[in-house]
Amino acid sequence: MRLIVNGEPHEIAAHDLDALLRELEFDGEWLATALNGELVRSHERPLCRLNEGDRVEILTPRQGG
Amino acid sequence: MLQLYGKQITSRLLLGTAQYPSPAVLKEAIATSGTEIITVSLRREMTGGRTGDKFWSMIQSLSRHVLPNTAGCHTVKEAVLTAQMARDVFATDWIKLEVIGNHDTLQPDVFALVEAARILTADGFKVFPYMTDDLTVADRLLGAGCEVLMPWCAPIGSAMGPLNIHALRSLRGHFPDVTMIVDAGLGRPSHAAAVMELGFDAILLNTAVAKARDPAAMAGAFAKATEAGYAAYHAGMLEPRDVAVPSTPVIGKAVFT
Repeated sequence: MRLIVNGEPHEIAAHDLDALLRELEFDGEWLATALNGELVRSHERPLCRLNEGDRVEILTPRQGG
Repeated sequence: MLQLYGKQITSRLLLGTAQYPSPAVLKEAIATSGTEIITVSLRREMTGGRTGDKFWSMIQSLSRHVLPNTAGCHTVKEAVLTAQMARDVFATDWIKLEVIGNHDTLQPDVFALVEAARILTADGFKVFPYMTDDLTVADRLLGAGCEVLMPWCAPIGSAMGPLNIHALRSLRGHFPDVTMIVDAGLGRPSHAAAVMELGFDAILLNTAVAKARDPAAMAGAFAKATEAGYAAYHAGMLEPRDVAVPSTPVIGKAVFT
């Protein structure tokens, strides 16, 4: 199915958010995720089902002021 | 000692982690500043990348308190979601709340700021709101549950220093017991000393240190100025006078004529 991940279109096979991270090789340990503008906590990802057209944000720690 | 939501902090300088020439220089600046609190952000990760992990490992090795921000957010929804994501990653309920209202000045949208602060404090966050120097906004933020306020003294990254001393003095005077950190717009150590001499509790810096020719040395200079301003305020400064007053006693002066 086709999803928007960090603003970019992706064709993916995964059906949950945890699997999507593995499929797209987001293998960092410190990730924050949101689906369609709602927080998905790290422990909730395996149960977070994905649907066609979903928007996923994957963020990590970065420098900030 | 500085009290921030129940935490005791010795250093009165908070330091941002952005724009340094290298991670090594950042680490050195953090060390010379003596800061115990550093600010961080969340940004998109690249597929297959571990940029966030590398940065976060380095930050964790420094054993400082981390204050995540919502930099770049322009709406309540963006800011609240970013704060929630930050809490999930950084495992802290502290959040430096920024809701930007204008692209040119990066001044906060104070209406959205108050609304976001209310939502986040109700959700258990300890909010550090980046605000203007407006008294009414301060009052609304306190009503929203904020225990710390962070007024700007000039636009972010401008290095202009305190532009409205009267407004800052009014804030301090109206809320004498509220912890207030001057955030944004400081350019040089004398600016830090000037706002601390008004009675503010701490300052938050980034660009003025990161963009100095020698960031580590500048971080040290700011730390000294911040402490000097704080000590001066509490020592009770002499107010300016319109006439000269001799410091050497007049009585006992020799008369030679």
